[in-house]
Amino acid sequence: MSDKPRSFQEIILRLQSYWAAKGCAILQPYDMEVGAGTFHPATTLRALGSKPWAAAYVQPSRRPTDGRYGVNPNRLQHYYQYQVLIKPSPPDLQDLYLGSLAAIGIDAHLHDIRFVEDDWESPTLGAWGLGWEVWCDGMEVSQFTYFQQVGGHDCRPVSGELTYGLERLAMYVLGVDHVMDMPFNDPDAPIPLTYGDIFRQTEQEYARWNFDVADTDMLLQHFKDAEAECHRILSTAAHDPKKDMQIIMAHPAYDQCIKASHLFNLLDARGVISVTERQAYIGRVRALAKACADAFVQTEAAGATA
Amino acid sequence: MPDLLIELFSEEIPARMQARAADDLRKLVTDGLVEAGLTYAGAAAFATPRRLTLAIDGLTGESRAVREERKGPKVGAPDAAIDGFLRGAGITCEALEIRDDKKGQTYFAVIEKPGRKAADIIAEVLDATVRNFPWPKSMRWGTGSLKWVRPLQSIICLLSDEAGAEVVPLTIDGITAGRSSRGHRFLSPDTFTVNGFDDYEAKLKRAHVILRADERAEVIWNDATQQAFASGLELVEDRGLLAEVSGLVEWPVVLLGRIDEAFLGLPPEVLQTSMKEHQKFFSVRNPKTGRIERFVTVANMATADDGATILAGNQKVLAARLSDAKFFWENDLRTVKAEGLEGMGAGLANVTFHNKLGSQGDRIARIAALAREIAPHVGADPDLAEQAAKVAKADLQSEMVNEFPELQGLMGRYYVTAAGLDSAVAAACQDHYSPLGPSDAVPTAPVSVAVALSDKIDTLTGFWAIDEKPTGSKDPFALRRAALGVIRLVLENGARINLRDIRVSAEMRIPEEFKSGETVPDDAGANYDSLLAFFHDRLKVYLKDQGIRYDIIDACIAMPGNDDLTLLVKRAHALAETLATDDGENLIQGFKRANNILTQAEEKDGVEYSYGADLKFAEDDAEKALFAALDAADAKIMPAMKDEDFSTAMTAMAALRGPIDAFFTAVQVNDDLQVIRRNRLNLLSRIRKICLSVADLTKIEG
Repeated sequence: MSDKPRSFQEIILRLQSYWAAKGCAILQPYDMEVGAGTFHPATTLRALGSKPWAAAYVQPSRRPTDGRYGVNPNRLQHYYQYQVLIKPSPPDLQDLYLGSLAAIGIDAHLHDIRFVEDDWESPTLGAWGLGWEVWCDGMEVSQFTYFQQVGGHDCRPVSGELTYGLERLAMYVLGVDHVMDMPFNDPDAPIPLTYGDIFRQTEQEYARWNFDVADTDMLLQHFKDAEAECHRILSTAAHDPKKDMQIIMAHPAYDQCIKASHLFNLLDARGVISVTERQAYIGRVRALAKACADAFVQTEAAGATA
Repeated sequence: MPDLLIELFSEEIPARMQARAADDLRKLVTDGLVEAGLTYAGAAAFATPRRLTLAIDGLTGESRAVREERKGPKVGAPDAAIDGFLRGAGITCEALEIRDDKKGQTYFAVIEKPGRKAADIIAEVLDATVRNFPWPKSMRWGTGSLKWVRPLQSIICLLSDEAGAEVVPLTIDGITAGRSSRGHRFLSPDTFTVNGFDDYEAKLKRAHVILRADERAEVIWNDATQQAFASGLELVEDRGLLAEVSGLVEWPVVLLGRIDEAFLGLPPEVLQTSMKEHQKFFSVRNPKTGRIERFVTVANMATADDGATILAGNQKVLAARLSDAKFFWENDLRTVKAEGLEGMGAGLANVTFHNKLGSQGDRIARIAALAREIAPHVGADPDLAEQAAKVAKADLQSEMVNEFPELQGLMGRYYVTAAGLDSAVAAACQDHYSPLGPSDAVPTAPVSVAVALSDKIDTLTGFWAIDEKPTGSKDPFALRRAALGVIRLVLENGARINLRDIRVSAEMRIPEEFKSGETVPDDAGANYDSLLAFFHDRLKVYLKDQGIRYDIIDACIAMPGNDDLTLLVKRAHALAETLATDDGENLIQGFKRANNILTQAEEKDGVEYSYGADLKFAEDDAEKALFAALDAADAKIMPAMKDEDFSTAMTAMAALRGPIDAFFTAVQVNDDLQVIRRNRLNLLSRIRKICLSVADLTKIEG
């Protein structure tokens, strides 16, 4: 590997190798539409309970309202986050993080890296934490958060969460001004592909669908369905009569919570949710997240003993 | 006398919290030490992004021994009494002494508190300080239970004197105090040990950390102004930003950067806001043109390439931000040119203001009608006021304000100007949100005043109508601020407005289906108007800051026309001035005496003595003199009141003090002769009438 990465994917691969070397389980993206890497159950649910945890993964993320038909140099409705969650947060987490920047070619002796106050709060997840946005030469390259609460539960022990906005970080490292011009694979490969080769068309298609075409009646119905199913799953007795054992279905329920959250984002992009309704919808998703968290903390994965 | 050095080294402390935290550390520790019996000569606290530091000098080496004696029950007292005494004194019965007292043999407790070493006291005080530190927000980390603003990593707690320095033994949640610190995260990451404050500060500087925030600010300010000056430019002063930036760096390095030509045509406020809010850049102005042409960024890093990479990165980030801003600006101007401000603001009809008060569009229509009505009262052209109100919030739908909400109003001014509307309308767009706080300037241009008043009165009336009044500390719609805004707009412009009338018509524009709370009754009945009472409450707070007592304001609120705040305050000022004079102060006593005697007589007799006193029944010279004085006062007060000349009226009223005092000295009101008594009571009634015509003096205390 040369000192400077040459492509988007090389940056991802270097982050994967770095965090693998630091002992994280390298997970794969969650197979559902989410707004941010935090929604992956490997973060949201695993930040709860007493069991130690260390995971890193790429998470494709969707924010329908940010779609700009692939024209804006920095904004996308579909983008990638790199996510690290370590529980309990190790005392040298800042140094570990700075090591990851070095791994992708950011020399701390040539740049100005700063930890600037940023309190993180997710009203939809009923979660909050304190930390920073990390600046490199005036640009925000990561979020760094010590989780204090998730789904209304105190985090004990506390997890340290790192979130890298991959496109923005990569554009900076690679010196690219427009995301669509960024080399995705090696520029010297037999078939060099840019980010635009892969995503320009999809950005257009999704922007049109998100803003103008998505069937809002259907989306509203799906929201209600997801909400109802989530509650139904959680209200099902923990005892499974077929296997004669306790099976709390926290993850299937949480899938429905993720669905509801994304459907809300789509409805928001379609402009059919008023300012006051917004709060009510966010509250409904938060209620689901809390119910899922309540269920998860009773499971073995959270360190609960039967 | 030893010196004490404390350093609490942590991960990055938010800039906005540092100064306060340093102050709290100093106060909590010194208070704790003093309370435990130590004294000190001086204490100073400092903060950087990664540390809070406290230096105390001339500390006493130990607290003094204290011996306390307490007298207890008599010998032979019930066991319960003796047990209680022992518990209270914290000793056992063996330690009791028996002495002869006046009343016989009595138990005495002698409590000896030996002096304690400073180190023991410091350890206790620092532990309590760290565990109970008043951070605005604090957090846990890892597996620990300690709360700090961000993870606390190490502690220095060092006592030093001529003989040397010693660490105060202390462990807080697994962190053991020592004598070593660390320098700059990247420039000098190694740890070093210290033997006292001077050594500490000097070593920090060698390790690329300037301990004192004011010194960092000075470095930044001097370097930035010099670099700007060297380019023939000037730094735009911003003390808030300077303080913030000083809290983001331990080793400030000032870099002067360029703004791409393509962005220099943006409104200077857009450049400034974008640079300041997002990037913490200072703006650098060309003194000849007033244009903002460069920026200053403050890095926390000295690099081998003299900051070239850092500056290039910052310029790139800024260019991305500003190309967004330019894109928004150009789109907005295109919209305004093609569709006018109405076109830009059309979407407000679909934006909910509050689910019980309709859309922003509904609200704007109400404000426009109200502005038209208020305009004549503040000297504004009704057409312009209505037009201004209609377009004042259009910029909320602009792309620029969507991105930079803090530019609301200001962008409206630019867009209204671009649309070729009257400059008074443009000014109203910018100023109608003002005043936002007690120190914010109040608009004075008539059209701006009309729109600013209408905006706030509609807000207040609306939330009153749906019964969303502020309660206790809860004021989610900032209604107290709105009411204070109305008060300041009215008073500082000397506007004559009957809020009651305006409110009634504002109230009428709110659709019936929205109303759930108190509505304005047709008549001025009891419990009439809690919104007016709310204004009066805010007014009391406002006037109290100007040195006018509550009771004086109450005396004026009780008078007719109390919804005309300018009149009300004029009366209050005159009354305050009058009461500050010797005559005024004593007149109140005379008035109260007259009023008490009269009220008692009226209650006892069941009649009202208001038939007019007759001079022919006056016996005493003082009594006759009072008749003359009241006639003279009447002659002055009535026309003065008609002219709202409260000073003259109240001066005339205060002049009654002498005759009233003389009357009470010479005359017994309750004379045996009923004719005389009735006449005197009727005379007192004249005093009451005259005094109450000026202000309700019964409300005055003392």
